[in-house]
Amino acid sequence: MAITPPSERNWWKQPIAKVELTWIIIAFFWGLFMFFMMIYWHGAGEQNLSNEAYKIKPEKFAAKTQEMIEAYTVREETGFPVVHPPAGSDVYLTGRLFNWWPILELEKDQTYRLHLSSVDVQHGFSLQPININLQVHPGYDMVVTIKPDQAGEYGIVCNEFCGIGHHLMVGKLYVIE
Amino acid sequence: MSTKTEFRTCPTTGLKVDLNAEKLIKANAVAAVIFLAIGGLFGLLVALTRWPEVHLLPADWFYLALTAHGFDVLLVWIIFFEMAVLYFASAVLLNSRIAGPRWAWTGFGLMLAGALITNIVVLQGGSSVMFTSYVPLKAEPGFYLGIILFAVGALIGCCVFFGTLVVARRERTYKGSIPLVTFGALTAAIIAVFTIASGAIILIPTLLWSIGLVSHIDPLLYKTIWWAMGHSSQQINVSAHVAIWYAIAAITFGARPLSEKVSRTAFLMYILFLQLASAHHLLAEPGLSSEWKIFNTSYAMYLAVLGSMVHGMTVPGSIEAAQRARGLTKGMFEWLRKAPWGNPAFAGMFMSLVFFGFIGGISGVVMGTEQINLIMHNTLYVPGHFHGTVVAGTTLAFMAITYYLVPLVFRREIMFMKLARLQPYLFGIGAAGISVFMMGAGTLGVSRRHWDMQFADAILPFDYPSAAFLMMGLNGMFAVLAAVGGIAFIVVVVGSVFFGRKLGVDEKPSYPEVPPQAAVVAEHGSAHSLKIPGTTMLVAIFFIAFVLYYFVNWKYLSEVWPLS
Repeated sequence: MAITPPSERNWWKQPIAKVELTWIIIAFFWGLFMFFMMIYWHGAGEQNLSNEAYKIKPEKFAAKTQEMIEAYTVREETGFPVVHPPAGSDVYLTGRLFNWWPILELEKDQTYRLHLSSVDVQHGFSLQPININLQVHPGYDMVVTIKPDQAGEYGIVCNEFCGIGHHLMVGKLYVIE
Repeated sequence: MSTKTEFRTCPTTGLKVDLNAEKLIKANAVAAVIFLAIGGLFGLLVALTRWPEVHLLPADWFYLALTAHGFDVLLVWIIFFEMAVLYFASAVLLNSRIAGPRWAWTGFGLMLAGALITNIVVLQGGSSVMFTSYVPLKAEPGFYLGIILFAVGALIGCCVFFGTLVVARRERTYKGSIPLVTFGALTAAIIAVFTIASGAIILIPTLLWSIGLVSHIDPLLYKTIWWAMGHSSQQINVSAHVAIWYAIAAITFGARPLSEKVSRTAFLMYILFLQLASAHHLLAEPGLSSEWKIFNTSYAMYLAVLGSMVHGMTVPGSIEAAQRARGLTKGMFEWLRKAPWGNPAFAGMFMSLVFFGFIGGISGVVMGTEQINLIMHNTLYVPGHFHGTVVAGTTLAFMAITYYLVPLVFRREIMFMKLARLQPYLFGIGAAGISVFMMGAGTLGVSRRHWDMQFADAILPFDYPSAAFLMMGLNGMFAVLAAVGGIAFIVVVVGSVFFGRKLGVDEKPSYPEVPPQAAVVAEHGSAHSLKIPGTTMLVAIFFIAFVLYYFVNWKYLSEVWPLS
């Protein structure tokens, strides 16, 4: 029994039943398949993280965001600047207690280099309803190349607990035709 | 307390039991159950707040309750119970005296003090940072201090366990190799040492930072090391509850492992690879290479997952072999149909096995796939997954073995047997429901650790789909069901331990009935004639579910915006 010492002293020499061995082999190859599937997707799939990131001082990231806002703001919405940066450009989104700053307006089927960082604690970038979720750290500038392929109005929920106002932290992103 | 070694002989199993070990097992198990009750209550409050129609607590209390819930159940309940399991699997199963009972009591005292300190600090309100306490969110120093004391206490417990193995070997209290269950406990203890060391490496500087002696802690570094504790400690649970599955199969059916070699190698896989799991929490983080992520998140090509998949066959397989040998050979499933479903230890164990595999296991591998993580990271899918592993898996297994510990170690008859028979179903189905509906809500994008999914007070409006609200309502209902099961467990166990009929020195309890050794069959030599068609079918169903679910999620991923 499993609660007593093995009855055969040389238990490591006992043969393995065929059914058990078969399952081990199937499970092993399934594991290998899943492992190589991740590598395959880096080549063939369209949804990957580049892992391009830089260390950056929070003040510096906030300044870069501000620079973009000053250059490309097109209108204002409930106190938030709505920024329409040129296609293909570097776009900055700052997470801070308790909002995503500013509102971005992107063009459908254009590519952008989206920079994400925080100026205080960790936040979670959760783009809804498309459901893309990324962790946002203070001190790290994460660069994600995105290509929005559906027009519409999107919410950016903070999905990393960041303090008592965490549930107030909602941002917005437009994708226009 | 006396540290003189005295033994009694168990009338049911014939094992020699060191009374010091017995007292330690009792103390740790009682502490565990108390913190399960406290942590479970906080959990119920959390679930009722997340039920949109109920929305029970105000925001500050919600975040406080969620912090306390995570700490009390994920750490305190589980580790206290694991200490009981370690002492049981070493001293009792090996007929040995326990090494250094004074040290063991010191460890117990530290754990208790640490757990109380952190709970008090959290209840004071200044430390609602969640159990993970990601810097630069800052808790009061006492929050970290309590966790560190608790961890040091647990480390001492592990050392007592290792010491007991040495004592037992030196004093020749058993013949040959240690039992499989002890081997599983050894796996758990080795992983625990790694886990606690990681915790110390990161929490001691964080404590100093909280006091003001250290100026900066890198948030990414913190997360990497914290999860070397946080996730690896879940692998202690896996090792411990798999050992418990084997123990319950042995006690209930006299089942023997199909192959000692295979089962032990599967445990060894856990030691070799499970520590890599820290990466599961870093797949959506900046600054880590994909090579690093892929290797670590897959536990080096899924070799630790392989270990679990092997146990997933060998545990039910050993039960089937034992049942068939007893004459339950009709069709594929007579052995399972006629299993003792009214025995709460067996019912809990078997549900734990099924839920851990189908819900917790499959979702864990899918969510831990580097790219798929993108559509799940920090959504409710994550707690959905780990309620499948830690609640429906580990907690249910720990509850199940408690039904054997009460008569065999506490020497009391189980009270309220009717309620006890029902308990695993209430709790198990409740926990499975919680997991499934949280995963459903997560798939629809709902954030974890979030007070208000309606965003009523947010400046910019946003609405989750209405299906997500339905999911959270169902989640709340199943949480109530699980809470009823949890209360039933506490009533039965606390009632029995304090008020149950005391068993005489040589009296065999009427429950559990342990089959005589003679009924034990399936010698190792019979490997070529082993027939377990029912288990093979169950494993095939599992595998098909796994493959389908895996590809469905790649499909979901392929529908989101291209990003690189």
